[in-house]
Amino acid sequence: MKFFFRIIPKLLIILFFSNSALSSESEFEKVLTDNFKLITKSSSKTVEPVIEKLLNSNFSKVEEFLKFWKSKKLIFTKKTKVIATLKQKNELGYELIQFSNNKNLGYFKKKEFKSIKPNSGVRSKISNALIGFQLQSKDANTRSKSLETLARNFNPKYLKPLKNTIEKETDSKIKKRMSELLVFGTIKYSTSVKDKIASLNTLRGNLSIEARGVIASLLRSKVYVGDVKPNLPNLARIIVPEETIKNMDGSSSKPIFNFNRKPEISKQDAIELLIKAKFLKDFISPSRRDEILEQNIIKGKIEGVPVGKLITDEERIKTYNLLVKSNKALPLKTTEEINEIIKKHFFYAVYEEKSGEVINIAKKIFNNTNYKVNFYKYLDLILDGLSLASIYFLGAIGLAITFGVMRVINMAHGEFIMMGAYTGYVVQLFIPNHTVSLIIAFPLAFFVTFFAGVTLERLVIRHLYKNPLDTLLATFGVSIALQQIAKNIFGTQARPLTSPEWLDGALVVNDVLSISLIRIAIFALGIIFLILLLIVMNKTRLGLETKAVTQNPMMASSMGINPDRINMLTFGFGSGIAGIAGVAIGLFSKVTSELGSDYIVQSFMTVVVGGVGNIWGTLAGATMIGMLQKLIEWFNPSNTLAAQTYMIIFIILFIQFRPKGIIALKGRAAED
Amino acid sequence: MKSSYLQKLNSRSSFFWVSAIILFLTLCMILLSEAYGLNLVSTSFTKVLGKTLCLCIVALAMDLVWGYCGILSLGHFAFFGLGGYMIGMWLMFERTKNIVIDSTKNNVLPLTETEINEAVGTQIFGVVGGAEIPSIWLFADSLLIHILLVFLVPGVLAYVFGWLAFRSRVTGVYLSILTQAMTLALSLYLFQNDSGLRGNNGLSGLQNIPNLESFSQAELSIWFLVASGLALITTYYVSNLIVKSKLGNIITGIRDNETRIRFLGYKVESYKLFIFVLTAVISGVAGALYYPQAGIINPAELAPIASIYLAVWVAIGGRGYLYGAVIGAAFVSLASSFFTGGQIPNFNFGIFTLNWVDWWVVILGLTFVLTTLYAPKGIGGLIEKIFRDKEL
Amino acid sequence: MSMLLEVNGISVSFDGFKAINDLSFSIGYNELRAIIGPNGAGKTTFMDIVTGKTKPDNGTVLWGEKNLSLLRLNEAQIVETGISRKFQKPTLIETQTVFANLLLSLRKSRTPLSTLFYTISKKDEEVINEIASEVNLIKNVHMLAGQLSHGQKQWLEIGMLLAQKPNLLLIDEPAAGMTAPERQKTVSLLKNLSKNQSVIVVEHDMEFIKSLDCRVTVLHDGTVLAEGSLEHVSKNNKVIDVYLGR
Repeated sequence: MKFFFRIIPKLLIILFFSNSALSSESEFEKVLTDNFKLITKSSSKTVEPVIEKLLNSNFSKVEEFLKFWKSKKLIFTKKTKVIATLKQKNELGYELIQFSNNKNLGYFKKKEFKSIKPNSGVRSKISNALIGFQLQSKDANTRSKSLETLARNFNPKYLKPLKNTIEKETDSKIKKRMSELLVFGTIKYSTSVKDKIASLNTLRGNLSIEARGVIASLLRSKVYVGDVKPNLPNLARIIVPEETIKNMDGSSSKPIFNFNRKPEISKQDAIELLIKAKFLKDFISPSRRDEILEQNIIKGKIEGVPVGKLITDEERIKTYNLLVKSNKALPLKTTEEINEIIKKHFFYAVYEEKSGEVINIAKKIFNNTNYKVNFYKYLDLILDGLSLASIYFLGAIGLAITFGVMRVINMAHGEFIMMGAYTGYVVQLFIPNHTVSLIIAFPLAFFVTFFAGVTLERLVIRHLYKNPLDTLLATFGVSIALQQIAKNIFGTQARPLTSPEWLDGALVVNDVLSISLIRIAIFALGIIFLILLLIVMNKTRLGLETKAVTQNPMMASSMGINPDRINMLTFGFGSGIAGIAGVAIGLFSKVTSELGSDYIVQSFMTVVVGGVGNIWGTLAGATMIGMLQKLIEWFNPSNTLAAQTYMIIFIILFIQFRPKGIIALKGRAAED
Repeated sequence: MKSSYLQKLNSRSSFFWVSAIILFLTLCMILLSEAYGLNLVSTSFTKVLGKTLCLCIVALAMDLVWGYCGILSLGHFAFFGLGGYMIGMWLMFERTKNIVIDSTKNNVLPLTETEINEAVGTQIFGVVGGAEIPSIWLFADSLLIHILLVFLVPGVLAYVFGWLAFRSRVTGVYLSILTQAMTLALSLYLFQNDSGLRGNNGLSGLQNIPNLESFSQAELSIWFLVASGLALITTYYVSNLIVKSKLGNIITGIRDNETRIRFLGYKVESYKLFIFVLTAVISGVAGALYYPQAGIINPAELAPIASIYLAVWVAIGGRGYLYGAVIGAAFVSLASSFFTGGQIPNFNFGIFTLNWVDWWVVILGLTFVLTTLYAPKGIGGLIEKIFRDKEL
Repeated sequence: MSMLLEVNGISVSFDGFKAINDLSFSIGYNELRAIIGPNGAGKTTFMDIVTGKTKPDNGTVLWGEKNLSLLRLNEAQIVETGISRKFQKPTLIETQTVFANLLLSLRKSRTPLSTLFYTISKKDEEVINEIASEVNLIKNVHMLAGQLSHGQKQWLEIGMLLAQKPNLLLIDEPAAGMTAPERQKTVSLLKNLSKNQSVIVVEHDMEFIKSLDCRVTVLHDGTVLAEGSLEHVSKNNKVIDVYLGR
């Protein structure tokens, strides 16, 4: 890259003076002949000075030359050693034209010339040199491409050409990008405080990662130690070892409570800094102490103390001090002495940026931007929580219906979810179009699990209505068996259930917040289900009959409702919803035989927390658990396992205060 | 008929018979063993039997809390695992320490306590990217304290959880789900690398008993077998004592009609808590005996499914029968390792081949469903019926 | 005369429905009292409140000479102060014998450890047999409670209350499912009981109430409609309107 820095000023000159540089043709030709060997047999190590010289020649065809060179179109004659291009090939031979002056060199035989073939290293050097030209290219695409190359390797020497090209730029998009880069460059490299401040001010409220990075780079700081109190305009912070923490804007503060935030400098760090800065001399570390002890062993004894006695630090210090007494070693520093030295010195950090004024503005903008970024992060957190809540809602609502109506906990519910997911997978095996297969998979999954549910109800659950705990047990058995059957059929490895392409993207709000479409889709599905269920439960005959059976089975049956039929249908309905939830869940997590058991405990929690027998309760439960889990994860992002642990503990405690859930029935209806 | 107020669920002689069978079995094993007898059974089989006895103990605990007190706990295998972790910490720490001291024998300076701990820390926690010994290992070098912890940790956890759950009158399926959640939380916690218990690596090398390195695994396996047998007999004795006492009447009363017991003036919560904590402690002790024989413990052992299997054993054996729990645990766990061990030839039905390894769990699950439906009293109920018929 | 139980202005509502509405009630020592009222009048809820099963929204429930507030106690503690309850539906330990049911009811220490180490004494056995014969179940002592007839179950439950030696018995529909001679027997049993302790009987059967020959409280819509002798309340127009019918 060094080479690059060097050629930029020359580039500038070329850019703005090339038209008046006709006389430079001879100079150019001279460079070619002088460096003939280096051009024709180039290597990335030796090519840089040649390119520099070429640029220096100020010849109008330099750009073309470089382009030709890069694209392996240049040729040299073996005898006359002229660099040329091929005009045409006919029965007479190859007609060549000298590059520098377009002189026709006549016809050559194939043996008499050779083409120049730069290797990839050389070609990349050439393209770097071409950026300057490309910025002025007539093709907008080339310009914006070269601009991005420039953005990646920005350095101070680009500032001026950039500034000059902006004015000429006609494409508004590219112009915007150019001025952006100019602002970043000015902030980073400009020597004028005024320019820097002006550029900084344009970045207020800019949330892009680049802008935030530039400002953060202004606030970079380095730690120093000294024996006088520092008084610098660009002092970042005073550091108290083992106490203060570093804030993001480079200042320091004493933490109010130590939550996952360690002090910036430990005592050990402080000692090391002091040693490095030579404020602490002749410090004997414990390992050095032990080395000295070892060196002084005479016949298994040190100063008369048997080696076997040195099994505690105290003993070793004692023995070492004996060595000190007989002048065989330097004295150890006591803890108090070291503490004293640490206390006497000042630890501080200094911004790399020199101007206090710039730093103050940068800090202000940084904190302001941070504030906004945090806002969007909270928003993202809430949206994340909502989509998790929708998943829990989908997983739990079927369970809530069967539990609410029949007081039956179906432990195999998770396996119905799994069954739905596998249905989706199998449908995709037959129908490759993901959109179509999804449209078929949803109703099919519903029917598969509906019938599985009805079968389970008829064969097992019907016989156990009087004893809910026994239902729990029997459905355990079913759950174990179903899981193993799935394993036997589909194997243990995860099966893909691919979502359609139109669900792959994301809704980008800004650089901080983007919502993946699948999350939105799941949320929408949750809403659709909620509405659908409300309609089914409140507006249809099945819903009314179900309600009647829930509230008073005796009365319902005397009114001509067949509770047996209602129970069967309700159970099938609840199971069918599990199947649909399975397809939805399968879309974003791998389909395995354990898919159901991963969600079952959370689903139970959702039902229990929400309160039994109430769609709104399940919704409330799902929202609470989903949000809570995301919130805890946010506090401890590295550890989702811990988040789940804490959430479950929280739920156990929550049950203490609302044993019947968020939305609880009271009175006689609530009793058993 | 002085004892007529007792329920006729268990005859008094069941304790005699169960302990006689266990003692006889243990004796046989000693006589046939590699270490002390005719060398007819392998050490690994001795270990399987020893482990099975421990599973019988935890099944007894499960029967007490579920079969008698009516609390379908899905957390007792977690207490079992905790007991294993507690003893495992000592086993692993002490053994690593011995190895460290042994390997540094030739150092010029003998290691200090801190240096030993640092070395042990690197040895044990290197796999989870740590070197420091977490503070929960503070007493890891004391066998006595860790034996105490085998009792205390499951006990205290059960006490806190039970106090919260019973106080708020969570019953039935709610309670089961809550215990399952507790188990899940615990296993998830242990799965973390910074749980201080080596994350999903768990504790290993537990079959090597520190300071007893001179004894062979064959000998140790017999010792553990005897210890497990005695522990099972003791647990059976205590359980029998409980179910035969007035306390037994009260807890079965709670199972059958909680309201009545409450309105007779008994604090139902205290009774549930008493049984819950007691059985948790029993489970912990069983785990502490089990894992030195298994050699390794990891968080997967505490997963909710393990506690569900425990319920399956007790249900198949017969809840409300102490001997039922023992039979169920022994029978089902031995059968499981037998069928999934790959020793049974596959069964060919022509178009379909029954692979036992694959299909055993399915059969077990369906057996369980059938048991719940048609034989809710399990094997214990069957035995009772046979003996009653004889009497008549 | 000081009262044994004083209930003042209690109200409780479930989901907006007022089950008990500003109800006040009191009963003296060794008094027999009948509570009547149509379905949903709040009779059972009233008992739930006194025994601690339901907490009222407001009002006070005071007990004994020391005016102890019962609202702060849990069910077990209320039983300990001397209030025992028979439920509408016979509530027994059906899987245990009559003897065991009575044994569990005896007034003994009720901590887990003391029950674990409890051994039955001759005296306890005698007491149990005595109670069993009092409620006509001496022949069925070793039967499982679940095998008794409905009437016998009612008696066993009353016997279990007796074993607790309470100061106040709350008895919900004791005559249900009983034959005429059994009722007669129950009436004399209850009358006999009220000599040494207070008894509140909730009943629908007017014949039964009549034979109890005691003060009657009529509940309606969660509040007291009338109180006095049966003769007195049956002349009350409001009572006739809502309950007895014309």
